[in-house]
Amino acid sequence: MTAPHRPTGEASAHPAASVTVRIQAEDFDIAHETGLLTQGRADVGAVASFTGLCRDEGGRLSSLELEHYPGMAERAIRVIADQAVSRFGLTGIVAIHRYGKIAPGANIVFVAAAAPHRQAAFDGAAFLMDFLKTDAPFWKKEHLKEGGSGEWVSAKDADDAAKARWDETIKPQ
Amino acid sequence: MSVKLVYFAWVRERIGKGSEEIDLPEGVTTVGELIAHLSTLGEEYEAAFAVPQVIRAAIDEEHADHDEAIGAAREIALFPPMTGG
Repeated sequence: MTAPHRPTGEASAHPAASVTVRIQAEDFDIAHETGLLTQGRADVGAVASFTGLCRDEGGRLSSLELEHYPGMAERAIRVIADQAVSRFGLTGIVAIHRYGKIAPGANIVFVAAAAPHRQAAFDGAAFLMDFLKTDAPFWKKEHLKEGGSGEWVSAKDADDAAKARWDETIKPQ
Repeated sequence: MSVKLVYFAWVRERIGKGSEEIDLPEGVTTVGELIAHLSTLGEEYEAAFAVPQVIRAAIDEEHADHDEAIGAAREIALFPPMTGG
């Protein structure tokens, strides 16, 4: 779903920022998704992207199963994406998160942020990922190579710390 | 008042169902009180909510703290800390 987005107070001389958030079972095409951020506009000078993939954890896992809260998953990521656009002056942002069983080596999540300059693009993508990890309703369950299902993946304190760093140090450009 | 509860991940597995409709008893007005009430409903609920402070909640798809009022909520979700990304 793509919706035009214009932070309040922004000058209207520039095209609206595009915010795309999708929750889907199927894989995504990184080149295509990145292209959506630059297509038909001349104000984008930087695109930074992040792709999260499934690890096999040293050969232990046959897959990860991603459970999500339909509705809220998209809503929660959209809130974060809108904040990233306003805070860093992005021209656009894309966030795609998969659910279901995902094999080692396959994509789980994709985030790309576009801006006139590189720092805003880097920051926008990192900000979205840091908040997505702790605020978007997804849960990972391990499935083991030797059969059966393993544990639910535990939330990490490091993820809370990564989110907290945006409270103080990093300010918009 | 009746409200729909939805559960995810190990909260769902321990309770043994993904959702249910319950009548809120008198005196249950916050998320924290709801969790305490659910814990009394049987072994499976006791297991799911054994450490109540780790449980996260959402009211009508918005994150909610344990002291948040349930109000006229249609749907309350209870789940473990999120591990997406």
